[in-house]
Amino acid sequence: MRTPLSWLRDFAPFQTDLATMAATLDELGLVVEGIERVGEGLGDVSVARVTEIGAIEGADRIRRVVVDAGDGAVEVVCGAFNFGEGDLVPLVRAGAVLPGGVEIARRTMRGVVSDGMLCSGRELGLTHDGEGLLILTDIDGAVPGQPLTDALGIEPDVIFDITVEGNRPDAWCMAGIARDLAAALHVPFSMPEPGAGSGVAGPAVETLASAVVEAPELCPRLTVRVATNVTVGPSPRWLARRLLLAGMRPINNVVDASNYVMLELGQPTHPYDLDRLGGAGLRIRRARRGELLTTLDGVRRTLGVPGTGLGETGEDCVICDADDTVVGVAGIMGGESSEISPATRRVLLEAAYFSPMAIARTGKRLRLRTEASARFERGCDPWGIDRATDRFFALLSSSSPSLSVAAGTLDVRGEVPRPVVVPVAVGAVNALLGTALSSEQVTALLEPLGFACTPAGETGESDLLTVAVPTNRPDIRPAPEGVADVAEEVARTFGYSRIDRHQPTWPEPGGLSDRQRDRRLVRQVLFGLGASEAWTPSFVADEDHRRIGLGGPAVEVTNPLVTAERFLRRAQLPGLLRALAYNADRRQGAISLFEIGTVFSMPDDSSATATERAGAGGARGVRLPVERELLSAVFGDESSDARHAVAAWHVLRETLGLVGVRAAQGEGPAGAGLHPSRSAQLVEGSAATPLGTLGEVDPSVVASFGLGERRVGWLEVDLGRLLDRSVVSRRSELSRPVSRYPSSDIDLALVVRDEVPADRVAEELARAGGDLLESVTLFDVFRGASVPEGSRSLAFRLRFGALDRTLTDGEVGELRRACVDAVLQAVGATLR
Amino acid sequence: MTEAAGAETLDAAALESAGAERLRAAQSTEQLAEAEAAVLGKRSPLALARAALGALEHEERKRRGGQLNDVRTRLSLLAEERRAELAGLERRRDLEADRLDLSEVVLASVTAPVERGHMHLVTRTRDALEDVFVGMGFSVAEGPEAETDWYNFEALNIPPAHPARTMYDSFYLQLGEPETVVLRTHTSPVQIRLMESAVAEGSLPIHAVMPGRCFRRDTPDARHLPVFHQIEGLVVDRGITFADLAGTIETFTTAYFGPDIHSRLRPAYFPFTEPSAEYEITCTICRGSGCRTCSSTGWIELGGCGMVDPAVFTAVGIDAASWSGFAFGFGIDRCAQMRHEIADMRALIENDIRFLEQF
Repeated sequence: MRTPLSWLRDFAPFQTDLATMAATLDELGLVVEGIERVGEGLGDVSVARVTEIGAIEGADRIRRVVVDAGDGAVEVVCGAFNFGEGDLVPLVRAGAVLPGGVEIARRTMRGVVSDGMLCSGRELGLTHDGEGLLILTDIDGAVPGQPLTDALGIEPDVIFDITVEGNRPDAWCMAGIARDLAAALHVPFSMPEPGAGSGVAGPAVETLASAVVEAPELCPRLTVRVATNVTVGPSPRWLARRLLLAGMRPINNVVDASNYVMLELGQPTHPYDLDRLGGAGLRIRRARRGELLTTLDGVRRTLGVPGTGLGETGEDCVICDADDTVVGVAGIMGGESSEISPATRRVLLEAAYFSPMAIARTGKRLRLRTEASARFERGCDPWGIDRATDRFFALLSSSSPSLSVAAGTLDVRGEVPRPVVVPVAVGAVNALLGTALSSEQVTALLEPLGFACTPAGETGESDLLTVAVPTNRPDIRPAPEGVADVAEEVARTFGYSRIDRHQPTWPEPGGLSDRQRDRRLVRQVLFGLGASEAWTPSFVADEDHRRIGLGGPAVEVTNPLVTAERFLRRAQLPGLLRALAYNADRRQGAISLFEIGTVFSMPDDSSATATERAGAGGARGVRLPVERELLSAVFGDESSDARHAVAAWHVLRETLGLVGVRAAQGEGPAGAGLHPSRSAQLVEGSAATPLGTLGEVDPSVVASFGLGERRVGWLEVDLGRLLDRSVVSRRSELSRPVSRYPSSDIDLALVVRDEVPADRVAEELARAGGDLLESVTLFDVFRGASVPEGSRSLAFRLRFGALDRTLTDGEVGELRRACVDAVLQAVGATLR
Repeated sequence: MTEAAGAETLDAAALESAGAERLRAAQSTEQLAEAEAAVLGKRSPLALARAALGALEHEERKRRGGQLNDVRTRLSLLAEERRAELAGLERRRDLEADRLDLSEVVLASVTAPVERGHMHLVTRTRDALEDVFVGMGFSVAEGPEAETDWYNFEALNIPPAHPARTMYDSFYLQLGEPETVVLRTHTSPVQIRLMESAVAEGSLPIHAVMPGRCFRRDTPDARHLPVFHQIEGLVVDRGITFADLAGTIETFTTAYFGPDIHSRLRPAYFPFTEPSAEYEITCTICRGSGCRTCSSTGWIELGGCGMVDPAVFTAVGIDAASWSGFAFGFGIDRCAQMRHEIADMRALIENDIRFLEQF
């Protein structure tokens, strides 16, 4: 909110320096976003009348202009074209200074001497218009030679640009900001009387207009006042100037007075042309389903229709004339039909208190937010209406002197919020804030804000205060919540920065969970394997899923930013391939990437994600999507393929000490988008719980992401399962003794048919080797001439040993034979 | 039907069935190409039959020509089908020929890259933040990214149509009634879940931080991403005060940003805390002397905080007479942006290796 200092001074005699004022406003939570000085440095600018305009030979962008400066003619060269002879314009003579300190020098351009400069509004810091000169012709009483500041009635001023928080409708006006600031700076604050003119008594209002409220829940209070003998015209210069400084465009004296009152007191009002209101009265009701209204912005709006969003009941409060024709969306925007026009002679002023939630609801559904609705939806002061209407008529009478204000007010009341009284124990305030304030201190902090504090205890020892909350503070709730609200007011005026800081301690230790520690470890493993961590989009297109052959539904976003990308990802593979392709396009494609992130699938009956906890909006029984945390890795380095993925899995498994997880190759499809004969599912052995996938991305999928013909290794695990110790067991923590006797190695080259997986052979060897077998390691694979077609030679190294002795050659020979026999029997493997 | 017409039909039908048989017999795409040439090519019986039509009368030519054209169309379609079928078979065959027994990978023969991979800057920042808070006695809590309206808004004292909802432009999911399931706009729902379960299990107090991914419907620009990360903190214990909050914020600030970076709180509004505060820190660029980044104030905004609102305690069933608490929150990505002077936040989602490998 643009807040002129001069306006604040109507309420309190602020003399503090600007920096302190700004810092104090900040401390109050009225954040100063900017400070602007206006009307300064205009001392050298005067009004001049254009008397002659001539072309300059050889120049078409500049002209020679002669002006009457009051004390004689001045010739200047000017590049603007938006004026003619006889116009009044601002002049700065050579040797003088523009606002901002630029000195104007005498110059000669194309042989013409320029003795000064004619200025635009922007050059003078008065308007944002820099296109042409600031035209002063229509300014009442402006004459050549007059200082510009006199002509415009400008006094140097300061504008604070203040952001007011959503819970402080009271501070969203000049009076409110002045009240807070005065309290913090210990300056007396007073609300000036509305001024002369408000009390002019005409005929009784009842004889001129009527007011009916049919929806008192939506409009708990409606007041209607009427003035006759209105002369619609421009506002007084000081008033128009203040509106401009506050960022509003002056329109006419009636509309300006209404806007002025809103800016000053925070109460929106709406003036109607009484003679254009059917039946000379107002009626407030719920909109009928599908009712239409063209609002002042020229948009035709459909009312009374439920929206698609949560809580959008379609209950709209509308203002009708007495003949039941809709003339406005209550508290948000009026219609075109009853606007104030130059011909208006009788004004009906509506000032009401609307239910904040009703205004918010309608505003949200119509996507319509105005200065008025923003204030109503936060909550105006239902008891501040009378002051606002008094002020309106006082302002209007100054520009419409024969104005006659009808006696009395039509005041229709439903359940108007009553003043809130909060019993506040000072001890509770101190306990919440960590302060040691006395009852007197608390009272002294609250009273300047309009709170009335009275000691509630019979004896002086009680620390209980009865705090009467002013009605312009809808943010202060009744007890018990209200105690916290009052405490915030105490803290605010005391100063947050003056509250001592204290570092709390507690006996419970902090720390990461097992899952969180393991997740960090998983990352470190991937880094060690040369993979970098990516962050790919959660929102994907249908095509991303289709391209990897992932059918079935995905969770859909109702209001996506990009229409195509309206699904929550079910897999991280598309995102990672895209990231690889992005880098490949920049000739840096030989990389490995991984991501640890969430994938989503449709709610699942078996999952325990259903929530029974419901909001008033009807979330009861809603099921949330199933979320899984996946580690997904693509190995795209030169010569990377499924082998790298296998090695990565090996390191990961060993690092975490996972037991009993195996790659179930050939036991069903590995996963969407994967190479069918170079990939496998990872499963927990005993329960066959799927834990992830391992292998290589399908080459056609790789190609479809623009990566050409290359192999991309793949590893993915569901961390929720893999790291859950109740699903996958870990290696025992207990130590095993190490033998002090030398062990014996035996190498076996076995010819095994291709269909038999190598780990099947290793399992048999391990079983046959028994307790004395320390390890089985595959160290060579050979296919070629000396091995029959359809088979390969697998070379295993078997290490035997015992804790208590060196094995004899005989024992080792026996074990070797047992192993060879076992694999021959089980899988038909023969010694090469 | 005349005898002659019957013979002609037979003729066309015979051509079709012989052609179809030939096409179906193809066992590879090469064989199919040959079969196509034989069945549909210039010297095929079909082409010859068409050529022979020239000798017939106009009406007759038209009728038989139509028959033969239909046969040709059907055979072409069949060839297409067969081609797709064979391509699929061949692809499967190629993939099968490319088979690798994952268990016969000789680990010792796999050459791993010598380069080490790099941690994403968001993770690095998150870990660093977690570590500071863990050192201060906090545990780390997590929760789902899709939430019900209750957890994301209502339990946090933001009922439907509350104006404060405009502070959090949400993505809604097509599940249940409209706008009942949202992608969480902050990690505060984790606070609600934590408090609910602590009440259910009788395990209060709570001292936890909750980092995680959040979603707001903001158009991406240099300072905003619609998908971003936040870390919040929650303490619910006996006798917790605003002074404890201010102290915790200050301890964290100097621990994470360095000893010459301090914090200050100023009044603000959040529906779920009361009193509420905006949390600012000494500008990390100019160290408080004033620069463009901090608009010459020496301070930059980091996040919000406050004492847990009594309405929130009521929603989760905590007795506000016995327990009090504070909460705070700020952006992880924003922290990373400040600390590492990242001009454009979008660098975080590009996954350009030249960016990733700097950290």
